[in-house]
Amino acid sequence: MERVPILKIGDVLLVSIQIDLQDQSVLSLQEDLADKIVKTGARGVIIDITAVEIVDSFIGRMFATIASMSRLMDAETVVVGMRPAVAITLVELGLSLGGVRTALDLEKGMRLLGAALPDTGAGRR
Amino acid sequence: MSGEDGGQGRIGELLRDHRESVLDRWVALVVAGLRGRLTEGELRGELTELYGLIERAAGGDGTASGELHAALADISRSRARQGFSPSETAISVFTLKQAVYEQIENAGDPATYTAFIAFSQSVDDLGLVTFETYAAAREQVIADQAEQLLELSTPVVKLWDGILGVPLVGTLDSARTQVVMEALLEMLVDTGSEYAVIDITGVPAVDTEVAQHLLKTVMAARLMGTECVISGIRPQIAQTIVTLGIEFGDIVTKATLADALAYALDHSGVAVDAKAGA
Repeated sequence: MERVPILKIGDVLLVSIQIDLQDQSVLSLQEDLADKIVKTGARGVIIDITAVEIVDSFIGRMFATIASMSRLMDAETVVVGMRPAVAITLVELGLSLGGVRTALDLEKGMRLLGAALPDTGAGRR
Repeated sequence: MSGEDGGQGRIGELLRDHRESVLDRWVALVVAGLRGRLTEGELRGELTELYGLIERAAGGDGTASGELHAALADISRSRARQGFSPSETAISVFTLKQAVYEQIENAGDPATYTAFIAFSQSVDDLGLVTFETYAAAREQVIADQAEQLLELSTPVVKLWDGILGVPLVGTLDSARTQVVMEALLEMLVDTGSEYAVIDITGVPAVDTEVAQHLLKTVMAARLMGTECVISGIRPQIAQTIVTLGIEFGDIVTKATLADALAYALDHSGVAVDAKAGA
């Protein structure tokens, strides 16, 4: 089973999904991410799904789950780089991902977190 | 069964023996029915081919009837594209009955009449094939036009750096919403816009279904990280929306496109100032 790497940039954890997600790798990603948030004390999580072309309801729910999980540990989640087809699929599935913040690309996502977390933000120090 | 075959054979013979006169009469009848929309030369070409196939089919050639159906389908398709009316199309087939009947009458052999009934039935079948293809071709034309119309009427325009405008004109159904949604989302990716203004001034009526479609579009854009503003809500539309109890939730709505643009500009940090002295 492939694992999704979790990268740390400052106070932000970056999860870039480059593989076809299996249900099992989704579950281990959730566990790994929770561990990592606690270990690093990250204040933000960015999930980059630019490379994801196909989603199902399970993966759709993963975003919401990760977001609420991270919020419990005081980290904000931003999903970035969603493709049009993926967005349409999620809407048709009735998953509007309430509580998950979104941005068009990684850069805008970082900026969003920077604005939301006063003591992060590269330009602020 | 054998009687029918014999009858068909008799007609086959008749078609073969009096080829020239029946074909001439047929062409003349069709030309009269089409009132000069096709030249006699063109028609003669088409009908001669058909006649040959009908002759073979009446003679009991199995492969000929398949070819005959295909040839008829081709002809009715091209008639439908060229804008012929249904009866103008059907006349090409049904006049053959008259041509053959007149030939039988001239010959004056009463036994052939029985065979003619079976023949007449097979011509009717051919007529039905013609009709079905004609209708299918017309529907295809309509579907193509609808698709073109769909593409024509859903532009996504850039209003400002980072702000897109979607002026919707006409009734929103699910097919159009799909096209609008796809066009908008593609454009969002291409331009990296953080705001989109959906202007519904040109939408004649908003019911629960239209609202549902709008909401879906806004949700999809939001998933990609873009905030949507709905503008152009006219007084009557506002009343309908409230009467129907439609909830736009936390989606920002504005009365005019200008208001929506001002909102988007303000939120993306652009200040618009009147020039001093202007």
